[in-house]
Amino acid sequence: MTQVRTGDVKELVLTDGVTRTQLVQYAGASGDYNPLHSDERFATEVAGFPSVFAHGMLTMGMTGRVITDWFGPEAVLTFGGRFVGQVWPGDQLTATATVTGVRDDGVAELAISTTNQAGDVVLSATATVRTG
Amino acid sequence: MAVERFPVEAGHIMLFARAIGDANPAYYGALTGAADVLAPPTFVQASAQFDPDYPLRPKIGEAWFGSGREATGRPQGGAAGGGGGGTGLHAEQHFTYHRPLRAGDVLHATNRSGERWEKQGRRGGTLVFSEFITEYRDAAGELVVTARTVGVQTEKVPG
Repeated sequence: MTQVRTGDVKELVLTDGVTRTQLVQYAGASGDYNPLHSDERFATEVAGFPSVFAHGMLTMGMTGRVITDWFGPEAVLTFGGRFVGQVWPGDQLTATATVTGVRDDGVAELAISTTNQAGDVVLSATATVRTG
Repeated sequence: MAVERFPVEAGHIMLFARAIGDANPAYYGALTGAADVLAPPTFVQASAQFDPDYPLRPKIGEAWFGSGREATGRPQGGAAGGGGGGTGLHAEQHFTYHRPLRAGDVLHATNRSGERWEKQGRRGGTLVFSEFITEYRDAAGELVVTARTVGVQTEKVPG
């Protein structure tokens, strides 16, 4: 079990650059084949976006690593997030997890923020993990 | 979206872990032969693969709204967004884990609508948020994961 204290912080670079191929990988694995995420012609000509963009759940999936690398997959009790900004091919993503509290029963509360290379938040999340 | 059978398979977990860029050995038993294979926290999202009616997957023999020769294969296309369905966007996603999910589990999922609320958008339109709760249970009927999806629909400003 990983012991932590309020204020402890972990930062993790999730990707040096999201690729279109990764979006295809995520579509295939998750089953979400929305062409907005893998079909450049549809995303630009039909939907009017500058390019394809990442599934919100891909960003959240990648962000989960900052929790599981720290505490292990079995320690996670809750994980929730709000999709704040879109993630585009080429974006570099960094997740920062901060311990905001540790309950008497050893459950730690985390605030997690995933930002792109411009420092803009793309996912704002919270999690609780078992630590004791 | 009711999923009657969602077999959690080691190979599927490996593909999902690769897609999210996670090299944690706990997810790669299909490759290493390790018997105990855990699923990453967001893995239940892949239950869409086992929903026969999931709208964001091409159906055999039916027109698809993505591009072929033309930018869209279905003129009325334009369905956008994930969890919110229809023309909505996925605004939030929350998971509660009642126990770790592992390869070998066979889940079934039931869902229900949750709360619904409105917010004034910055550009004047009304944003309608709606919750969707999915309960994933194992073969014994025990709750494994509860998922809460928040979708948002934008009501366009007239004119």
